[in-house]
Amino acid sequence: MLISKMKINIGQIACVAAAIFALTACGESEPQTSGAPPDMRRLTSEQYRNVIHDVFGEHVEIASRFDPLVRTDGLFAVGASKAIITPSGFEKFYNIARSVARQAVDKDNRAVLIPCAPADALRANEACSRQFFTEVGRHLYRRPLTESEMETAVSAANEVADQLNDFYSGIEFGLTGLLVTPSFLFIIDETEPDSSSLSGLRLTGHAKASRLSFLLWNSAPDDMLLEAAETGALHTDNGIERQVERMVRSPFLARGVRAFFEDFLDLEKFENLEKDTTIYPAYTINTAESAKEQMLRTIVDHTVNQDAPYPEIFTTRKTFIDSHLGRVYRVPVARPDGGWEPYEFPEDDVRAGILTQMGFLSLFSHPGRSSATLRGKAVRELLLCQKVPDPPGDIDFSLFNDPNAPSRTARDRLTAHATVPSCAGCHKLTDPIGLGFEQFDGIGQFRVAEQGAIIDVAGDLDGNQFADAKSLAQAMHDSPSVPACLTNQLYSYAAGRAPERDEREFVRYLEDGFSDSGYSLKSLLRDIATSDAFYAVSEPKRVDDGVVRAASFNDKTKQELGS
Amino acid sequence: MSFFLHSKKSRRQMLRSMMGGGVVSLTLPFLDCFLNTNGTALASGAPIPTRFGTWYWGMGQTPGRAVKDKVATGPGIEFLEETESLIPHKDKLNYFGKFNMPLDGRSNYTHFSGWVANRTGTAPEAGGNIPAPTLDLLIADEIGKGTRFRTLDVSSVGMARQNYSARNTFNRAAAEIDPVALFDRIYGPEFADPNKADFKPDPDVRMRKSVLSAFTEETKDYMKSLGAVDKQRMDQYFTSIREIENQLALQLTKPEPNLACVVPTRPGELGPDEVVRVREIDSVIETHKVMTKILAMAVACNQTNVFNMVFTDSFANVRRVGETYTHHLLTHEEAIDADRGYQPLTYSFNKASMDGMASFIDIIDSIPEGDGTLLDNCLIFASSETNYARLHTIDGVPVYLIGGAGGRMKQGMYVAGGGDPITRVGLTAMQIMGVPVQNWGTKSLETSKTISEIVV
Repeated sequence: MLISKMKINIGQIACVAAAIFALTACGESEPQTSGAPPDMRRLTSEQYRNVIHDVFGEHVEIASRFDPLVRTDGLFAVGASKAIITPSGFEKFYNIARSVARQAVDKDNRAVLIPCAPADALRANEACSRQFFTEVGRHLYRRPLTESEMETAVSAANEVADQLNDFYSGIEFGLTGLLVTPSFLFIIDETEPDSSSLSGLRLTGHAKASRLSFLLWNSAPDDMLLEAAETGALHTDNGIERQVERMVRSPFLARGVRAFFEDFLDLEKFENLEKDTTIYPAYTINTAESAKEQMLRTIVDHTVNQDAPYPEIFTTRKTFIDSHLGRVYRVPVARPDGGWEPYEFPEDDVRAGILTQMGFLSLFSHPGRSSATLRGKAVRELLLCQKVPDPPGDIDFSLFNDPNAPSRTARDRLTAHATVPSCAGCHKLTDPIGLGFEQFDGIGQFRVAEQGAIIDVAGDLDGNQFADAKSLAQAMHDSPSVPACLTNQLYSYAAGRAPERDEREFVRYLEDGFSDSGYSLKSLLRDIATSDAFYAVSEPKRVDDGVVRAASFNDKTKQELGS
Repeated sequence: MSFFLHSKKSRRQMLRSMMGGGVVSLTLPFLDCFLNTNGTALASGAPIPTRFGTWYWGMGQTPGRAVKDKVATGPGIEFLEETESLIPHKDKLNYFGKFNMPLDGRSNYTHFSGWVANRTGTAPEAGGNIPAPTLDLLIADEIGKGTRFRTLDVSSVGMARQNYSARNTFNRAAAEIDPVALFDRIYGPEFADPNKADFKPDPDVRMRKSVLSAFTEETKDYMKSLGAVDKQRMDQYFTSIREIENQLALQLTKPEPNLACVVPTRPGELGPDEVVRVREIDSVIETHKVMTKILAMAVACNQTNVFNMVFTDSFANVRRVGETYTHHLLTHEEAIDADRGYQPLTYSFNKASMDGMASFIDIIDSIPEGDGTLLDNCLIFASSETNYARLHTIDGVPVYLIGGAGGRMKQGMYVAGGGDPITRVGLTAMQIMGVPVQNWGTKSLETSKTISEIVV
């Protein structure tokens, strides 16, 4: 059970060096922001899995699909702030909850997962139930259960145990109940009065812990972070900094970074990826899974393990491959057992960086052919944060349908689009970039010709000329839009929303820090996680009927504080 | 004895609906002996419910090859080669031609605005924006209560997100895309076979329902203490819980015998080395048949009154083995054959869609119910998002209303729109289904004109 596994000895953590907080060290102060109204974010499917696995162990299976989130402002993390649980979506959560609870009390698991054993397993045992729900509830809800919540859980467990003559059935039913409440399914921004803030509110310590933990580890807070919330340490700069440094140094950071890039690069598309295997015999479902894994392994190793500059993910020749990818890249693989091994493309190879990997190249292609337009659009929108307008609805495609036209390559076909005014606006944004990757087919296999014609891959990225995919990758590396885009999206991902108007200066401040750090992603994460802006909340919004629309002010806390 | 007897919680929070309370009545079954003499109602006087469904295909139709245009509304639809498979069903459906879809200056977001405006009555403000509930959900609010599932959403094209049923942008259920998962969801352990002689309520179910209710009450109290959570989102959460509570309540009630209900065979699971080309058109056609059989019997078995089936998605990501172009790409990039006057490969996909619709009707119509078939008691709204996909035209988008709607709809009619807003079809469908709506749609799509020619 990871509840205990995640307890990391404080002694293992070196004294937090002030120098790591680069922005403070440089003397640049953080621009003041007023934040946004408190919100509630639905757990992503990956967060759900992580929390369950952290609490109950990796062996707990979660087989069902979750309702998808809506990608908003370029991120599912933002869509999570608007997500609604539909009836069929709730049905899925309920069935998954039943399955998780059943596994948790399974004979093989109960000794490990339930912290006590009743003297008589045929009867209710209030003390043991209470102990279980105290420990588990604190991790699932990311805060202690209220006394009322505890009573509900314990009473349910006791009653079921008595009815079915089985203590563990009681635990199972009570746990199922916990797992379908909003307090588990949503990350709720609970607030409390704070006279020092602009809004008079601040996030509770537990809400801060959740923000931190889901950003850095993509899971619920561990014991140490919850303890920091409970002692009030997360309301102090020093307390936040200690926790952030601990978490950034943790191996779980890789999981958080992975989750961000899955969202940022829209890798969920892999779920629907399909290729024609008669056209691409090297493609299998396993190959697609490997392609996604390669992208993430490359990125995590580069940005977390090596702490190397972010823009170099576009130029690094270092990656990892397995036997599936070896077929696509036509390189020998030492481990035919399907295992991963480090690999470095030779200096004179056509590939360098994640954009020349199968993952990107196949994801933004059609099932039976490459697509310069889709690839170019992905680069613009995902990596440069530039919106490509939707295509107009009234195009006359007869201009491109001349059966006698000598169109053999993608460049031939797309030239027509670039010469028609209604098409050119968008295609000039996408195609010059995408055509740079045309030496890679619809699954990323290298080729020099299409239908017998030599493929021309020269082009330019916003005025920077490139001769091939590798020099395009270098142009991406050099583009100032690349780190700016990442900064904006990482902050949006952290906050669960696009930056507010008064946060633009703060985002620029983050960009400066990112630059000063040599584009260290870990440094950027530290800067966000230790910033005031990350935790700032404004007053809840109200709608016409006077009902507060999105927020959470804890009246109980207010009473306790005597406000 | 009540749960939580020793609890300090208020009685209100004590499992109100358990232990003999709160029995939810099933909609009645359709065994002949329970029917009245003309087979249209049960002996008790309760009518056979009329069910509503939608059927969706992407990319519209081939101009001049689908249905012959007429200038006036009247009996008789002239099916052309693309729709010839519908001829056997010509007296069981209506076709709506020459209706318009005005967007009032809003962009035509390609392969999106068409279905949104058609199904919600409002043009979207942006790509991805769903500004109002789709008509199936408005109808489900009226007739979807009292069955196990408020709606069942199914897609044969393997894309869960591509379900054209939503309350708004962020409240859109995912479609079931796996035949085995669909089967298990409907006919798994929670399914009560109405024709089984013995029925013994599972005590676990009663307790599950009670526990869920207790946590729901607790949650309501907690959310009140927060004072300010997103009300609309929480309301939907509690609505969703009620659906599950309803499902559990139904499991505690013996369903009445229903001869129409015959549990279908569970689809075979794939072997470890088997691969289904999910979006290869022949595979889509096969999956569609399998899933339709499962779905249709779920309707006959009274598991839902509202269903949505997606044959192909609005971007028609379907293809043929070995072809580099998908259906969607073909609509834009395939040249018009000079001799035939149309895009032949695109046409073949369009025809496959109509063949798919015919097979859907076949399956629904093959299930006996009362003195007719299940189709007689269904109203199915079948539509696409475009008329001529090559040019993204949305005026003249093809719409069919299929089935007898429990005797409430005339069939076999060609309805000439004369440029009226397409929302007249949706409005009429909702009115036939008993939704108390006088007018529907916004701006130029707003209409109060029922298509009286098809209403009985």
